[in-house]
Amino acid sequence: MITQSSPWQNRVRRLGVFLLVWGVAALFLIPFLWMVSSSLKPNYQIFATPPQWIPNPPQWQNYTEALTMLPFGRYVVNTAIITIAVIFGHLLSCTLIAYAFARLRAPGRDTLFIVVLATMMLPYPVTMVPLYVLFNWLDWINTFLPLTVPAFFGSAFYIFLLRQFFMTVPRDLEDAARIDGANTLQIIFRIMTPLALPAMVTVAIFSFQAAWNDFLAPLIYLQQPDLYTVTLGLQFFRSTFTTNWAYLMAASLATSLPMILLFFVAQRYFIEGISLGGMKG
Amino acid sequence: MFLKSRAARRETLTFYLLISPWIVGFLFFTLGPVLVSLGISFTRWNLLTPPVPIGLRNYTRMLDDRLFWQSLSVTFRYTLLYVPSELVGGLLLALLMNRNIKGIRADRTSYYLPTVISGVAFVVVWMWLFQPEVGLINATLSRFGIQGPRWLADPRTALFALWMMSLWGLGRNAIIFLAGLKGIPKELYEAAAMDGAGMWQGFRHVTLPMLTPTIFFVLVLSLIATLQTFTSAFVATNGGPLDSTLFYVLYLYRKAFQEFQMGYAAALAWVLFIVILLLTILVVRSGQWWVYYEGERES
Repeated sequence: MITQSSPWQNRVRRLGVFLLVWGVAALFLIPFLWMVSSSLKPNYQIFATPPQWIPNPPQWQNYTEALTMLPFGRYVVNTAIITIAVIFGHLLSCTLIAYAFARLRAPGRDTLFIVVLATMMLPYPVTMVPLYVLFNWLDWINTFLPLTVPAFFGSAFYIFLLRQFFMTVPRDLEDAARIDGANTLQIIFRIMTPLALPAMVTVAIFSFQAAWNDFLAPLIYLQQPDLYTVTLGLQFFRSTFTTNWAYLMAASLATSLPMILLFFVAQRYFIEGISLGGMKG
Repeated sequence: MFLKSRAARRETLTFYLLISPWIVGFLFFTLGPVLVSLGISFTRWNLLTPPVPIGLRNYTRMLDDRLFWQSLSVTFRYTLLYVPSELVGGLLLALLMNRNIKGIRADRTSYYLPTVISGVAFVVVWMWLFQPEVGLINATLSRFGIQGPRWLADPRTALFALWMMSLWGLGRNAIIFLAGLKGIPKELYEAAAMDGAGMWQGFRHVTLPMLTPTIFFVLVLSLIATLQTFTSAFVATNGGPLDSTLFYVLYLYRKAFQEFQMGYAAALAWVLFIVILLLTILVVRSGQWWVYYEGERES
């Protein structure tokens, strides 16, 4: 069926699509804007009916007050330590592992790679109990080690991402370096990683997001309040000051700020990483 | 010949050296724990005293455990509701983003933004929106003379409210679908248009079949992830009211880390593992009937 559409009809259709796109986008933004607005409201305004969108006057001190009611500074430091260790561990281990899968020939390689991919499907709860037993036996409960050490042993999704990228790098450069006498580690760190920088950034960002936002694992392993991460702190805050919504919104927003800023700076990497494999985080 | 095989052996050695961290991690953090958890599931163990072997008693106990069935039912009902809506919603958002309109980056940003904040912050925002008296949703409804439900506080609507909340995170799958849409060759649409296909027919006969590998991929991941829902229920409702949002993993968490019934928790974990495995196999098997692979797929 071919419809003869006049320019006028076309314009109406385009306007319709435009309104739809922006309407849906607004729907997604409203909870977020409401969060920002609520976080700046004085107490008498937060429960006002009908709802008021503009905080009047904006209470910037909500942020300082909310963040000092609990030691959020401490939580940020804890989370930052864990996150940095996890990113470093993932980058180091996954680069080596991914290079091997991308470039080296060895019996059993393809089978092992399928095993790597299969581990992505394994539900976390299945290993939750024995891992707790293991870390308890190692006396690692109430330390950051259960959250950081596993990162140094690779992670399936990042291995997959980096391998895909390494496979697109032409072999000529490597061959030339090998003739010049470079060994495998030198090739990985002097030639491959600089070329694979965009993929490494993607891995770093996903790893950052997963570690910063992780909830279940810190909940299990960190029981002392002075070891809390920001998500545990936020949950603790929520369960303690249940009705103080302005402070709750301020704390939620403040603890999410690093991720939000990173997202605006490096949106491209988020989108590409998701497009490539689309999981985790 | 001899030289070549020496080089090959060297390469094999290098390969295994480089992946050795993964092998160690796989044995100690994945395969080992999976097998150990099976062993633990045949015991009664509170971590303080040595485990007592009790055979299959943990598994038979589940049959009479009302909360086990409740958590299974909550998880299945939620999965049945959420997974299809995640597929359809994600695809619709992707179709919207795929139109060539000014501001496309802005809408992509607004869809994706909710997925970068932590699960806890995500839930806290919605707890505020869902407040029965003063929350934005009911306050807005009441302006139209509608008395909104008590959302998370009512056992009849709590699970539904969690579903609405999760839809705020649709952006992630929408991006995967968008990548799938961008991979469909333009010529196919041109050919379809030449044959007189309209927009709907183009979607039905070009977009959908070409997108089935992406739909399949999202379906598998979404199914596995949704069956493990934890944070939203833990933070928003803690399983309540009246166990109406007692998700399976939340129940498992309680048994393991609040009641320290490690044996029973391990058995629960294995049942979940088998359920997920069976459902995944079912979906993967069904794939051969509906997933369309092009001859020259992947390079």
